[in-house]
Amino acid sequence: MNMLAVLFRLAWRNLWRNHRRTLIMLAAITLGVWAMIFMTALMRGMVSQMVADGISALPGHVQVHHPDYRDDPSIANLIPITDTELSARFEDAGFVKWASRVRVPAVITSEYESRGLTLLGIDPDTERDLTFVDYDTVEGRFLNSSDDSGVVIGRKLASTLNTQIGKRIVLMSQDPDNDIADRGFRVVGLFEANVQSFEENYMFAGKATVQKMLRIGDQVSEFVVLGDDYRDVEAEFEKVSQLVDGNVEVKRWFELDPYLGTMLGVMDGFVLVWIVVIFLALSFGLVNTLVMAVFERVREIGLMLALGMKPINILFQIIVESLLLLAIGLAMGSALAWVSVQPIKDGIDVSIVGEGMDMWGMSSVLYPELLLSDVVLANVVVLALGFLASLSPAWRASRYEPIEAITKV
Amino acid sequence: MSAVTCVDLCKTYRQGEQDIKALDHVSIEIDEGGFVCLSAPSGGGKTTLLNAIGGLDRPDSGEVMINGRRIDNLSKGELAELRLRQIGFVFQAFNLIPVLTARENIEFVMQVQGVPAAERRQRAVEILEEVGLAGLEDRRPADMSGGQQQRVAVARAIVSRPALVLADEPTANLDSKTADGLMELFRELNEHHNTTFVIATHDKRVMSYAKRLVRMLDGRIVDDINQDAA
Repeated sequence: MNMLAVLFRLAWRNLWRNHRRTLIMLAAITLGVWAMIFMTALMRGMVSQMVADGISALPGHVQVHHPDYRDDPSIANLIPITDTELSARFEDAGFVKWASRVRVPAVITSEYESRGLTLLGIDPDTERDLTFVDYDTVEGRFLNSSDDSGVVIGRKLASTLNTQIGKRIVLMSQDPDNDIADRGFRVVGLFEANVQSFEENYMFAGKATVQKMLRIGDQVSEFVVLGDDYRDVEAEFEKVSQLVDGNVEVKRWFELDPYLGTMLGVMDGFVLVWIVVIFLALSFGLVNTLVMAVFERVREIGLMLALGMKPINILFQIIVESLLLLAIGLAMGSALAWVSVQPIKDGIDVSIVGEGMDMWGMSSVLYPELLLSDVVLANVVVLALGFLASLSPAWRASRYEPIEAITKV
Repeated sequence: MSAVTCVDLCKTYRQGEQDIKALDHVSIEIDEGGFVCLSAPSGGGKTTLLNAIGGLDRPDSGEVMINGRRIDNLSKGELAELRLRQIGFVFQAFNLIPVLTARENIEFVMQVQGVPAAERRQRAVEILEEVGLAGLEDRRPADMSGGQQQRVAVARAIVSRPALVLADEPTANLDSKTADGLMELFRELNEHHNTTFVIATHDKRVMSYAKRLVRMLDGRIVDDINQDAA
């Protein structure tokens, strides 16, 4: 305990012996740590937003389909269990956020233009938590019920079709007998989406209305379940797998959208690489500072050795000095990153610099995501690598011969 | 019993093209409680002998024993332990750790030894008073004169009552009054606590305090006078 107190006292005082050098190094570490954490928060936010947008773009966390639906998302591949029966099973199982949908390709035609898109027949009550559309921001109104006779389309699509609320459009798709199924609808609402392509490629109609139009009775294309955390969907997956039987397929969101799933995995690796790269840049300064500090103190290190301090304690003293410097820099850098994130945690609009982000499924508003695990990772990596970087100068200091060191000019 | 025994010590330094014999077959025995001055002109070998006795420098050949234990073949760690527990050092220059106060410098060795804080503090304050530095406990070396620094160094060397004190020119930076005071303190410790002193010096006044005066020249002992008897 005594020795530890001596080492800490010496390390701490030596640290402030050359204020300017220590402050410069602290500034570099603080800035580096800030960059590690702040940029990680931005990147995490970007990826999380992509995943969240991706998930709200209909996959949910777990989905149930006909096994062939993903290859051919047509009317021919509906879930063989009826909507009523499967819904009852989901309700009995205690799922809170789930929905069933008819999801088929269709053609929408206004008096001016036609477009191919995905028709979503939904129940607005169960869909509320699962869709990318905020009902409250819909211009006009959203669907009232499953048998609503109106449709809600994206603002961008309305512009493309040169149509507006109150106008009629015609929807065309195929029924199970490969005959054309079509029907006229009135546009009752226009939605906005973070990702512009959603505004062009999806439209919403009442599930019962669509089932009737397509003549599919009580059948649907997919069941969707939303859990609490997209990072951990195994519990939902197991539960849903036990509910369904027969000729159906249950998939997790990252299986439905492997690109998103991969992004998440790549992001974790990228954060570590990013932290290590910044540290490597910092480490040159750190090692240089320690080498200089040791070089300046050769004589007093010799004195301490002569007085009976063991070489291992000299080694610890230099390492403690390095770790103290890093710990202060880490505390300041982490605090600065936290402070920097606060004003922008409600999102920053990057549309000015983010033209084309839509193409990658990213929204133009970026929400930084400061994860405690990332802060801990940055701190642990910096301390661990800092320890390794300080070993060499500390080892050199501990190898001095006391008498040579004392007489060094 | 012998506090220090050196047998046939040789040490050669290379300086440019020249080999310099710092110790040339030196043998000496110093009894427990001895008060010995090593006197020699510069390069005479007194500091090298002092360093060899203190385990700070290894002789090329020969044996060094402290209290009957051979030390010239000990590891670095063992030598550090020996110096910590049994030997007090006063160096000619650069004696103090600049980032510690006078009291902390004095406590340093005791702290490394593991002496409890309260005891450490009390002994440090007492010894500062003894060397005439009461009131300067919290001064750092940079805020003290050379003489004050040297007295702190002496206080540190003797505060843990080592069996052997090795001092290299301990009065080099002191005025005559302070030097006399310091030598009287050394003699008092020597007489009352039986501490063995080996002092390398040029200073005739210091030599006059010694019980035994050993003169060296070119790495050899040329004279060994028992001054008490004289």
